[in-house]
Amino acid sequence: MFDFPLFSQSLSRRDLCKVALGGTLSFMLPGFDLQAAQKRGPERRKSVITLWMGGGPSQLETWDPHPGTQIGGPGKAISTVVPGLQISDMYPLLAEQLGGMSVIRSMVSKEGDHERGTKYLKTGYRPEPTTVYPALGAIITHEAPNKGLEIPQHISMGNTQFPARGGYLGAHLDAFRVPDPGKNIGNMRSGVGDPRQERRLENLDVVSQAFRRGRTIQTKKTLHQSTIDRALTMMSSEQLQAFEIEKEPAAVRAAYGDSPFGRGCLVARRLVEQGVHAIEVNLNGWDSHANNYTGHQTQSKILDPAFATLLKELKERDLLDSTIVLCIGEFGRTPKINPLDGRDHWPSGFSCIVGGGGLKGDLIIGETDPTGKEKDPTEPVRIQDLYATILQKLQIDFTKELISPIGRPLALSDGSPIAKLV
Amino acid sequence: MPASARNWILACLPAGVVALVISLVAWASSSPLKKTEPIPVLQNEDSLTRTVDQVDQFFTQEWQERELVPAAEADELTQMRRLSLALHGTIPSLEEIREFQTMSGDDRLERWTLKLLDDRRFADYFSERFTRAFVGVAQGQFIVFRRDRFKAWLSEQIQANTPYDELVRKLIAGEGLWTGDPETNFITAAVADGNLDRNKLTGSTVRAFLGQRIDCAQCHDHPFDHWKQTDFEGLTAFYGQVEVQVLGVRQNNKLKYEVEDRNTLETRTVAPQVPFLNECLPEEGTLRERLATWVTHPDNRRFERASANRIWGLLFGVPYIDPVDDLPAPTDLTQEAPKLLDILGQDFRENGYDIKRLIQIIVASKPFQRSSSTDMVDAEEIQRATRAWALFPLVRLRPEQIIGSMLQSSSLKTIDQNSNLFMRARRFFSEIDFVREYGDLGSDELNDFPGTIPQALLRMNGQFARDNGSASPFNSVGRITSLDISNEKRIETCFLVCLSRPPTAEELTHFLKQYESASNQKQREKITEDLFWALYNSPEFSWNH
Repeated sequence: MFDFPLFSQSLSRRDLCKVALGGTLSFMLPGFDLQAAQKRGPERRKSVITLWMGGGPSQLETWDPHPGTQIGGPGKAISTVVPGLQISDMYPLLAEQLGGMSVIRSMVSKEGDHERGTKYLKTGYRPEPTTVYPALGAIITHEAPNKGLEIPQHISMGNTQFPARGGYLGAHLDAFRVPDPGKNIGNMRSGVGDPRQERRLENLDVVSQAFRRGRTIQTKKTLHQSTIDRALTMMSSEQLQAFEIEKEPAAVRAAYGDSPFGRGCLVARRLVEQGVHAIEVNLNGWDSHANNYTGHQTQSKILDPAFATLLKELKERDLLDSTIVLCIGEFGRTPKINPLDGRDHWPSGFSCIVGGGGLKGDLIIGETDPTGKEKDPTEPVRIQDLYATILQKLQIDFTKELISPIGRPLALSDGSPIAKLV
Repeated sequence: MPASARNWILACLPAGVVALVISLVAWASSSPLKKTEPIPVLQNEDSLTRTVDQVDQFFTQEWQERELVPAAEADELTQMRRLSLALHGTIPSLEEIREFQTMSGDDRLERWTLKLLDDRRFADYFSERFTRAFVGVAQGQFIVFRRDRFKAWLSEQIQANTPYDELVRKLIAGEGLWTGDPETNFITAAVADGNLDRNKLTGSTVRAFLGQRIDCAQCHDHPFDHWKQTDFEGLTAFYGQVEVQVLGVRQNNKLKYEVEDRNTLETRTVAPQVPFLNECLPEEGTLRERLATWVTHPDNRRFERASANRIWGLLFGVPYIDPVDDLPAPTDLTQEAPKLLDILGQDFRENGYDIKRLIQIIVASKPFQRSSSTDMVDAEEIQRATRAWALFPLVRLRPEQIIGSMLQSSSLKTIDQNSNLFMRARRFFSEIDFVREYGDLGSDELNDFPGTIPQALLRMNGQFARDNGSASPFNSVGRITSLDISNEKRIETCFLVCLSRPPTAEELTHFLKQYESASNQKQREKITEDLFWALYNSPEFSWNH
């Protein structure tokens, strides 16, 4: 199942030690790890980290503030290292780290419901009852599998109601879920010592053999054995250490923040180093129908340190060029503040941050109306266009058509890349 | 009161409280129902047998024409396991296996089927399956949608054996509050973002009850079927006068169904119309009542065919025609011989749309009784036989079936409504947790997916598997270890409990060796734990076969 690494850029254990060592040192002495950078080179396979903001964050309290206007509410803005880019003042750490990243302020969707919106935003296709579309991570895993990997390539961290699915590409491409990243990898460790585990596996062989009699071909097709083998490989894999953050310096862990999301971002960085190409870190709690402003203050205290440290570390380790980072939720929030001091669902003209992985950076795309009267932003960007952009940067032919189970040819994405970004 | 009497009372008080608590717990954990149902006696049902013969004949001819030799008949315990998994979502308990083994007569499987159908577990398990087909698994819009109430209502209907056509009419035309009249949750499930999504209602009505996918026609004419966008709009117009407001689901005759033309962007009113069988549409009644009558009209053969296909799917794990909701149009029976769905559908219609009867017919006919093992070695040949139902298909169990089976095998007694509160609560909560972690199949549960790594990890190392597989005085692992029986009997019991079959000679030898090397109780316990672990993780445990 696990062939010798097919890709020259796959890391050996020794390389990993070097990366880990270089990485650790680089954190203390920025700019020291030139050699590691040379080693990885520009041909490194690209990864995508999606920071998923479940519930739909308000663009006005994040990346598209309109301070001093009626729609801006009590929010203030601060300047960032990107010339001309102002974001909410709730993100001071991030403001320092946004260099090379871009903000799109004109995302437009047609789905104002959490479930439908999430499905659209995670797959690039509007949901429909008869087809389950694969999530971005599943597409990447399907089109560009990393054969040298002993752990899953598509990973979702943190709790989420709508995890990234393999859809019509198959349940084996569902995101591997880690509900409490950095803390508990429970199911990945056997509960008994080696000699007993061996006896158990021997027993399993004996029992399976009886069943296989007369069903050799059918049982092979169930992939039962191969799934168990893959799980066992994973259980004994050194790569599993990517999930363990105890050995990270205390200062690093503290910088990310001791929240499931902060730990998830740290694990995400470690997974990228391990060659995992599709990672999702979930942060729920953005559904601010009431007390929008204070809600965003609470959320920003989790998001700001984690996101900022992630970008900082990726840059220091020379990983940002090979890692696309996308921070987005299912929709934005109304310019109008409701009587509960909240904002309601707003799928038109919401914001995201995207960059790295060779995308053009330091850009501000689209503009929303500061009076809130115009519903549509300038330079509208459709969800599928964002995915077409990302897939193109990953050198995946997004126009490629796959045949869905009902026999309908479907392109990986039916969008077109955003010209400014590629 | 004299001091001595007061002291006496004080001294007795704690004991009194303890006694009260014990009796309360005992009362609460005892079942309100009577202990075991007597095994039903089979009525000599000629018409049912006739339909079974007709189905068997259909397949015999099919197999002959395709030059297929059907697999041998599966042994009774295997069939019993299939029945329990299909009807109760668990494997049979040791208690049930023993009970079955004491029964005599050639018709004992048929009688056993009736017993399973009468058991409340059947209604509870099938109501979840129907709920998925009708409203999916989403929790829907908070407040106006109560999935739990809907499921409980369906369970009541199934238990009472409400005719299926009547049940469907209630779903489509129901009125009232989603709490008091839970059938209306079929309508409110389509509320999203504060609005009733009528297109969604049309799509699910046609998919769930008529076995047709016309969702594509919502935006354009169907690419390769004959559905037109106007068909979709016309059907949706039947939902045009339904309103969801504080008083629940209501009819509002003033409402007009309007759509925005995608080309001209002008709004136009759409009149309700059906895409076929116009003569089955009644003149009288509200729009939804008329639609409900049309959908379930005896002449609307799509209804009975779709129902038969879905029930077949729930029993085998795969529908007769896959996908379950995309059936070919019915053929003209005056020109062509009836196919399987026509035979089953006709019996269903002529016998009051009786779900239990339909199930009895399917499980009594040849395909359900075929073995899943064969002498064939050619992959293509095997696939051909499986597709023609000459070989029982291997189908992955649903997460609920896996957890249900793991729980059942951890207890030697049957876990049902007669079990104590603790056992039932454990089953309830374990199921929710496990299904969430295992990955719910949602409404795609009749699709064929292979297992995943996280699932294998959960079965091998998960907390639930650990608890279940570690010996305790209360679970089978502990009980089987400590029972004063021979090692052979011990191994046999483990196999019966987990796989519903006795061990093979090789298996017996392998595990006997292990037990014989054990010198004390502790070691024996570990051997039983490791044996259970192997059984839980074997393909035989997590696949229907």
